[in-house]
Amino acid sequence: MRESRLWFWHILAAIVILFLLGMHMGTMHLGAILSSIGFGSRDPVKSADVFHRSQQLIYMITYILLLGSALFHGLYGLRSMLFELTLSKGMEKAIGSVCAVAGIVLFIYGTYVAVRVYQMPHLLAIVKGGQP
Amino acid sequence: MQNGLNNNLGFRGWISGGRYGLDRYAYTLHRLTGLGILAYFIMHIFVTGARLGGPEQWNSRMAFFGRPIFKLGELLVFLAFAFHAINGIRLVIVELGYMLGKPGLPAYPYSYSTLRQKPLFVVVMLVAAILMIIGGANFYSIMR
Repeated sequence: MRESRLWFWHILAAIVILFLLGMHMGTMHLGAILSSIGFGSRDPVKSADVFHRSQQLIYMITYILLLGSALFHGLYGLRSMLFELTLSKGMEKAIGSVCAVAGIVLFIYGTYVAVRVYQMPHLLAIVKGGQP
Repeated sequence: MQNGLNNNLGFRGWISGGRYGLDRYAYTLHRLTGLGILAYFIMHIFVTGARLGGPEQWNSRMAFFGRPIFKLGELLVFLAFAFHAINGIRLVIVELGYMLGKPGLPAYPYSYSTLRQKPLFVVVMLVAAILMIIGGANFYSIMR
């Protein structure tokens, strides 16, 4: 029951990632093409653009949602691959615990960054003021 | 070795789809791309953490990761994403029980689910290929 519930969340996370990461990849990795037809920025990693996005509530929320979904989907996928090696129960438990702890630590760090940068409006003012 | 037959396929067995065909290659590639994306994603979390240091630290980190070798790495991540995402849509459709076809008598020529799902597989691979070409064109445009 627990495994089928985790599998369901794995699939659900994939659907969330498909939309959010799809938009993120489009913005970040298709900038040259999209900007030529009037969407987004040609250089989406320049600090003005990065901090402009980071300091909008909708972006902060979607970053955290994408972070959680992608960490769960990726680490659950890794755990499933490792479990296929026919491991002992103890080893399975250890791998499950390592994946869970790694996921939680990364989620806390990523969320801290997203929230902290959102709360630093002076950064955008510095970027807009022409400083680096 | 049993009954004169060698079951040990070695390296060929690891990468060959054998009688499972294209689905098996897609399965292997889905896992490989998934692992690659996960490794990149974990690094990405720490790289984007440079925003905490403000624009100066961000610019300095981007100057480092703006080198052609990292741009090539980003292209590989995009290609992996294109395959993993589009093939993932196919897997979800199949997982939810669509495209299985109606049950029928096992009469020759036999019809089976992977055969019925082949058109979906072809369409999915074409869409992934188109996305990869667009990603490649973007890479070419920024590296010119």
